[in-house]
Amino acid sequence: MRNTWRRFLSQGIVVLCAGAVLLALVPLALVLFYVVAQGISSLNWAFFTHMPAPVGEVGGGMANAILGSLMVTGLAALGAIPIGVTAGIYAAEYRGTRVASAIRFAADTLNGVPSIVVGVFAYTVAVLPFHRFSALAGGCALGIMMLPLVVRTTEELLLLVPNTLREGALALGATRARAVFTVVVPAALPGIVTGVLLALARVSGETAPLLFTAFNNAFFTTDPRQPIATLTVQVYTYAIAPYQDWHRQAWAGALVLVTIVLTCSLLARFATARMERMQRGS
Amino acid sequence: MKLKTRPDEILFRVGTGVFGVIVIAAVLAIGWQLGWESRLSIREFGWQFWRTEIWDPVAGQFGARPFIWGTLYSSVLALLIATPVALGIAVYISELCPGWLQRPLVFLTELLAAIPSIVYGLWGMFVLVPFVRHLETGTPEWMRALPLFSGPPLGIGMLAAAIILSIMVIPFTSSIAREVLRAVPQAQREGAYALGATKWEAIRMALFYARTGIVGAVMLGFGRALGETMAVTMVIGNTPRVSASLFAPQYTMAAVIANEFTEAGDDLHLHALIEIGLVLFVMTLIINIISRAFIWSLGHQDRPRRRRGVLAQQTESV
Repeated sequence: MRNTWRRFLSQGIVVLCAGAVLLALVPLALVLFYVVAQGISSLNWAFFTHMPAPVGEVGGGMANAILGSLMVTGLAALGAIPIGVTAGIYAAEYRGTRVASAIRFAADTLNGVPSIVVGVFAYTVAVLPFHRFSALAGGCALGIMMLPLVVRTTEELLLLVPNTLREGALALGATRARAVFTVVVPAALPGIVTGVLLALARVSGETAPLLFTAFNNAFFTTDPRQPIATLTVQVYTYAIAPYQDWHRQAWAGALVLVTIVLTCSLLARFATARMERMQRGS
Repeated sequence: MKLKTRPDEILFRVGTGVFGVIVIAAVLAIGWQLGWESRLSIREFGWQFWRTEIWDPVAGQFGARPFIWGTLYSSVLALLIATPVALGIAVYISELCPGWLQRPLVFLTELLAAIPSIVYGLWGMFVLVPFVRHLETGTPEWMRALPLFSGPPLGIGMLAAAIILSIMVIPFTSSIAREVLRAVPQAQREGAYALGATKWEAIRMALFYARTGIVGAVMLGFGRALGETMAVTMVIGNTPRVSASLFAPQYTMAAVIANEFTEAGDDLHLHALIEIGLVLFVMTLIINIISRAFIWSLGHQDRPRRRRGVLAQQTESV
């Protein structure tokens, strides 16, 4: 009798856990369904090539916002990748030292800082002193968001490189710098590139840190010292406005964002699977 | 050991170390800057800032209690919904599901985390809010008399915010809980089965073994929920008031910063908003440190640490 109950309970829990998985997949399916269904009808060539249309006029696109997103994300990458990769190299090469632990800890902490707080910080250092919003300030905010991701990816992947490779280079008389830059880093490079791409994909979907750094701009600009429109902020502006046509555009923008994220995740997935196969093979 | 004294070794160490110090400096700089740029508000209101409820930028009155209430209430509600689901997912993926299903499921939950906040917000505004309104109008009269369900059924409000937050928190909590469960030694499960345990009894034992890590995973989810901005801003209704009602439109700390920052007319208003950011920063900092300590303590019970799948973990956390 008691055993029957135990088996029954166990089965019940198994079913509940499977139910939890299905429950979480429902919103995922719903979000993807609505974004595709609502977005696809308003997504056309003009969306990528035209400027936003004034209120009341149907049509128009987000050409300036798409370029703006690319620019701000590019600026972020320009700052975060060299700093992050080098810091990651230090954390991996001098693992166990106090500074390396502090770097790791700082990166984890930075990763947990809410994006809106990063935006406020970027505002105080890159907008307040110059009295204007700018693409540079936006890039600064996104760069800070990217930094911990790049540091941790680099560090973890360098630690995956077999120590014998490093020792071999050192035994042949290479200096530490030479061993790291010509042997260890190249061995981990595909993984680092994948991690950096994922970090880029993630920050390119951020809105909150850009609201008061890159701000918005109804016009076309490539000047990093000017406020600039971005895809995410544009979607937000359109979503909270009371115009039907703008809502349509917002869904189209959301579809573009989701497509970017999905593509990057899939690419990373394949790259990761390939790398793991290679590691097992070696 | 000779390596350490060579000049090029020192150059390399210092050269790379400088960049590492930048990362550390960034965290300190955030705390310092937020503290400095909110000095007007801190000096003017002191602790009173967190006790008063009136937020009136025009009159120069700033009381942040509604925002801290809204942030904590929405995050706790989200956690109540998300935790059982997230743990269920973690247990299913790491303990129960057939091997071929593991990778696709991990990928799908990762995808849930990868969708940008703004997309959740858009979906929340146009799909979830009407649905919640439908739920609210369908609530029976005797339930509506309770303070928990009082107020008109607007759709936008605490309930919609809590639901959307829980959706966004689930992948984080479940992915860390899964890692934590993976750190439980296989011998523990085998021991349980050898003593005649059922599946659930073995899982319960694994969960108990990993309890500190599980608590850490839940707390990390809490930290995420506290700082989430866009999706919440778009569905919570942005009304500064302290209410226990799930139907009432309310406000959060992150949302008020997002909404009012560019419109702040005078320095005091700006400093008040930055002070809210400062407190949000300190709150998430403390929660993150504690939860990482929990997770870390578990990972160091059994050495050597497993190295396999570090890249997979990395893609998940990204």
